[in-house]
Amino acid sequence: MQKLRSNKLNLIMKFILTIISVLTLLPLVYLISVSFSTDAGIARYGYTLIPRSFTLEGYKYIFKVPRPIITGYMVSVTVTVLGTALGLALSSTLAYVMARKDYRYSKATSFYVFFTMLFNGGLVPTYIVMTKLLHVQNTIWGLIIPYSISPWFTMIMKGFMETLPFEIVESAKIDGAGEFKTFVRIILPVAKPAIATVGLFYAFAYWNDWWLAMLYISKESLIPLQFLLYRTLSNLSYILNNMSSLLNVNMSNIPSESVRMGMAVIAAGPMLILFPFFQKHFVKGLTVGSVKG
Amino acid sequence: MNSISKELKEFKKNKDLFFIGLPGMLALFIVCYLPMFGLIIAFKRFNFDDGILGSPWAGLDNFKFFFTSQDAFRVTRNTLLLNGTFIILSFAAAVFVALMLNELNKRSVKVFQTVLFVPYFISWIVVGYLVYGFLSFDYGVINSILKGLNMAPVDWYSDPKYWPVILTASYLWKNVGYLTIIFYTGMLGIDASFYEAASIDGASKFQQAKAITIPLIKPLVILMLILSIGKIFYSDFGLFFFVPREVGALLPTTDVIDTYVYRSLRVIGDLGMASAAGFYQSIVGFLLVLGSNLFIRKVSKENAVF
Repeated sequence: MQKLRSNKLNLIMKFILTIISVLTLLPLVYLISVSFSTDAGIARYGYTLIPRSFTLEGYKYIFKVPRPIITGYMVSVTVTVLGTALGLALSSTLAYVMARKDYRYSKATSFYVFFTMLFNGGLVPTYIVMTKLLHVQNTIWGLIIPYSISPWFTMIMKGFMETLPFEIVESAKIDGAGEFKTFVRIILPVAKPAIATVGLFYAFAYWNDWWLAMLYISKESLIPLQFLLYRTLSNLSYILNNMSSLLNVNMSNIPSESVRMGMAVIAAGPMLILFPFFQKHFVKGLTVGSVKG
Repeated sequence: MNSISKELKEFKKNKDLFFIGLPGMLALFIVCYLPMFGLIIAFKRFNFDDGILGSPWAGLDNFKFFFTSQDAFRVTRNTLLLNGTFIILSFAAAVFVALMLNELNKRSVKVFQTVLFVPYFISWIVVGYLVYGFLSFDYGVINSILKGLNMAPVDWYSDPKYWPVILTASYLWKNVGYLTIIFYTGMLGIDASFYEAASIDGASKFQQAKAITIPLIKPLVILMLILSIGKIFYSDFGLFFFVPREVGALLPTTDVIDTYVYRSLRVIGDLGMASAAGFYQSIVGFLLVLGSNLFIRKVSKENAVF
């Protein structure tokens, strides 16, 4: 009897969860469907769950002049790789000295990092420092430097490093190794899981970023993928103009709806395909980060 | 003199570690501390040629302009009401979904968990596209349904009164899954022997959830709730900027402090307004974070961040 009732309850819960999952995925299915629909079909039936009039025109248009997208990908990949490397170098060194309890200034350093999580200057002063002092606008550094040290990620890294067995540092010292050598040769190899998780966070922050491009970039050759998408949405003519002048086509022939949604699919796609593979690390980092900090 | 030379000696002993930490400290100084000092521009009549130090002082003029405009009230109200709604609803929904996941076997959880996590990886720009797919006047899904029901289509992007609901739905869609996973992971840490003992005593699933899961997950939920309330003055810029598609008519219900500062700085170019609003956000935001942490310290000391 008890068993039967709990089976029924299980079924109800699975049903509710399935509905929630469908609601979660539904908008994405529409997005993909529209990217494969003709404008005429959309005008007739509206946006539909399954394309009523299947076409690849949208993607063909996007890839006829693939330059902006290829540039976007290149910029995003470059920024993600450089930014993650820089972020990891800065965070791991800083987190290490915070985690070393025998370091005289470890507490002071922790406070120095932590205070920036409580209080910040906000957009206007940051903008002025970046553009007036560092002059990063319209350079690749404008997309990298502002995120190169995250106090949040550094604190997560510190949490990981505190769990390392520090006796190995002692024995390295006895063997005559300097602090720097100890860090590179001994600490970094054992901190690999922490570096992987925090690296994932940095990479995700850089890859999905549009904010820095919005603030500091106006040069077309430096527009990252996510921001390219925004420009396409707010001003479809940006790409279409390029095409119509290059290909000498009439603007009204351009399948604007499917181009728009196709761009979104191209920008969001890779992340969605990749994320199930590193989901586990992400969850682990999130739970650490959300509770402390 | 003696103490200085002693400190110097100590520094020499620690200098290797100091230099290892130095690059990160310098980077943090540039990225975070310099802008803090830059907050003084809220008291200046700033122009780009003279820079922060060279621009003339303006006293409290910028604040006068900001607080006597209707904007200050409007953006504060929107920020607090919308973020408050987001926090309450997303927490309630996430706890509910996590409780359900907790009752299922691991294999089916994995599928649901992956699906629920998907929106977290989608940028607000794409979400803006998705919402547009539903709300577009001519082709949108919602208007198609309305037409199918013989009802008049609605021009969603011109009437601000719908937007608190639309923004809330967008927020929940993107964030509930991620919050659910945090709570669910917390529930996984609960000792399985509690449940075994309870089911031997004949407790139903409901009773188990009420007597074991909820009380044990409560500290985590409350902790995260207070942390979120501490950050209530800061909004998710992308949501408020990309989902309403920058339609001016929607500003009465969609404009928050973050979007206001951005617009004043980059679109209108009114640096005085932007810096005054930004200063206001930094200070009140700081007080709220401090207050929420003091509160956590009172409730459970081991969870306090400082």
